[in-house]
Amino acid sequence: MSLVSGLTQLKLSSMEIAGSLGRSRRDFLRDASGLVLGSSLGGSSAFLQGQTQQKKRKVVVVTFGGGARDQETFAPEGQVNISHMLHELAPRSTFFTQMMNKGILGHYVATASLATGVYETLNNFSAVPPGHPTVFEYFRKDLKRPLSNTWVIAPSNGFNRIGESEERGYGPGSGARVILPKHLLKAASSGSSADLKHLLLDSYETPLYTPHLGGGEIELQQLDAILKLSVADFMSHARSVSSPDELSMYIAKRLMREQSPSLLWITMHDIDIAHSGAYSLYVEAIQRTDRLCADLWRAIESDPEYAGNTTLFILPDFGRDADMEAGGNGFQHHRTGDTASRTTWMMALGAGIREGVIYDRPVQSIDLVPTLGAMMGFSAKLSQGQLIRELL
Amino acid sequence: MLPAQLNASHFVHYPPQARGLALQHLSVLQEAPLSFLPAVLREMIEYDYAFPAERAAMERDLGQLEVLSPKERAEWFSGFSRLHLSAALDQFDWVNLPLQFTEQLSAYLWSTNQMDAFRTAATVYGDRMRAATAPETHPARRVGVAVIGQGVTTHEGQLFEKLRAHGTYFSNIRPEGGLAELLAAAGSRAQAHPSPYGHWYIEGGSPADHPSPLTCVSYERLRATREALLGQIQDQVSKPGMGPEALRSYLTKLSPAQLGLQGDVVLDRFQVKLLTEGSGTQIFSTTFAQWAAREVLRRADPLTVLVRFAPRQRQRPMSDLLSSDGGTLDLDPKGSLIDADMAAYYHWINQNRLPGAEQSSFLAWFEGHSQAVAIGPALPRGTKSDSPLTVKNLISLVFG
Repeated sequence: MSLVSGLTQLKLSSMEIAGSLGRSRRDFLRDASGLVLGSSLGGSSAFLQGQTQQKKRKVVVVTFGGGARDQETFAPEGQVNISHMLHELAPRSTFFTQMMNKGILGHYVATASLATGVYETLNNFSAVPPGHPTVFEYFRKDLKRPLSNTWVIAPSNGFNRIGESEERGYGPGSGARVILPKHLLKAASSGSSADLKHLLLDSYETPLYTPHLGGGEIELQQLDAILKLSVADFMSHARSVSSPDELSMYIAKRLMREQSPSLLWITMHDIDIAHSGAYSLYVEAIQRTDRLCADLWRAIESDPEYAGNTTLFILPDFGRDADMEAGGNGFQHHRTGDTASRTTWMMALGAGIREGVIYDRPVQSIDLVPTLGAMMGFSAKLSQGQLIRELL
Repeated sequence: MLPAQLNASHFVHYPPQARGLALQHLSVLQEAPLSFLPAVLREMIEYDYAFPAERAAMERDLGQLEVLSPKERAEWFSGFSRLHLSAALDQFDWVNLPLQFTEQLSAYLWSTNQMDAFRTAATVYGDRMRAATAPETHPARRVGVAVIGQGVTTHEGQLFEKLRAHGTYFSNIRPEGGLAELLAAAGSRAQAHPSPYGHWYIEGGSPADHPSPLTCVSYERLRATREALLGQIQDQVSKPGMGPEALRSYLTKLSPAQLGLQGDVVLDRFQVKLLTEGSGTQIFSTTFAQWAAREVLRRADPLTVLVRFAPRQRQRPMSDLLSSDGGTLDLDPKGSLIDADMAAYYHWINQNRLPGAEQSSFLAWFEGHSQAVAIGPALPRGTKSDSPLTVKNLISLVFG
């Protein structure tokens, strides 16, 4: 092994690769879905026009996690894995082909960055709050919304503090409550979860380390008071699903029905099974997540509280290493920081969104929060992202 | 401590040959920036257990740095020198714990937005080193073989999609006796071009009969080692305060003897690293075989690498996958075929990173079936052949 063997190789510049990825997705999407290339910032959002309906406006954000590459999703060879999004959702969406994440590529820290609009630098494996105010805090403070109006559904222990920062003027009590479905399951099963262990997997990022999962009285109260679910009904449903993300989506729909939050954030994580190195499991997880996203959209459209006044955002938290990147091992990890691991896509559809439009210009993951602020009427003061004007 | 302060006493805990190498090149090490040097020491500390090709490469690279003038060395290191490191990193015992240091360095570079600058510095340095040093010459072309799909009776999807554009797809192979033919051909190469750790047979299950000159690594043969490792992991994870980083640090210190391996020192060390540094290699045989091929190609500069994939266990809860109960496993042959198809592509990519790639050959075959793809300088790209061929015919096309 050469002394430089641990160092990376690049064949093309980052911009060349990113541009190539963006073009190939755009071209195929235009063919496959009838989308047109967006070139104008004209027009205005139904969000901004319909001031009288502001109270009814809702946003749902889904992170298509954890870590999906273009080539297994919207790139031509990957589109077989996302048939629901491609054929059902993409034609109704505004689609951004180059969503760049320039921050740390760990799932918790990247999701925290998405939620704050600042590239966070917290320890990915520690249960610490984001270092800056979250979208949930901005939303509640500026719009004077109650605690019940915004929720996070998150995949693992590490995400349980993502709902609020410790920033002065925001901080504890001012953000979103976080539901960890696995904690619910752990609590509801009272230690007899042998047949549900497949739903309790907490993290794939360090597959050899399987931390103890919490879950107790608080979670049981969440089941009863918030989700209006009996332990028996919850357990019965849990036995019918095959993955942690399916359980998360069940909780999300239940939350929508019982609490009708106006800002709902769902973090998916099944795809991160890729860390085990089994490509088939990674692809299966993408196909499952695709199906779950379409299910969610159908649930939104069929719920009177949400239909017609909800905007859905779907985006991966980041990508994964490129096959050709010498410093990585292809799809398995997201460790190199190469272009493929930083460049993904974002789909927005629903209220206020132009249908069937593709934008090629790069946007950043930290741009989401200020854009949500502009759409919903709050100010993400400390965010470092830019407005995505194509959505306004 | 900074590299300029290095002296012989700092290497007293290194294995003897590694210490000798460090002292031989001490002046060069003293000039290297801290953002660079521990990556070198991470390899150097393993020198006593390294493959011959690794040793040669280390000696060659250090020799190249020696012949540079101080000004030239400073220029070669300049990208790394521009990085800003924390005081905590300065104070870390990076001489004796270089792997742990590089992990902390990586986290620090990410958190300070310097990872891209590091990547650029590494790329520039690597390009310079490659341009300045002649690669090892080989007595024969490099050959890679991936045998995938063991245990699969039918498969409706397309195989070798990513490889087909680079070679010829064969749809009418007569599979009888194919594996034995391939192993015999690999063995013949090993006899014709003897080279320590130069010819490999990586097996995702139990090894088939194979010629003795081949270096064999087998997932099934390592069952006791894997179970011992998983037992150690379970013990560690249950300890208070144990986290993923501490667990990883613990695993890096495990010796072959602690996991019951007491054979070839170099090979044992390699196998332990496959299991302690690879992600998923402990639980999925397909991942093990793919990672083993990657590491053999990266480290051993082999002439022949034949990888045969076997069905991995079906996905289960991670706690069950990590248990070392040794019970009967439910296998997933079809999922394993998809895993192995991608792994064959990665095998070819990794082979192409090595010198002489333009002359090398590659064969991927669906075991027991009629489909294969062959890539080599004499084989047309992106074409399909329906001609009836035996595996022996394929071997003559690929092995030359």
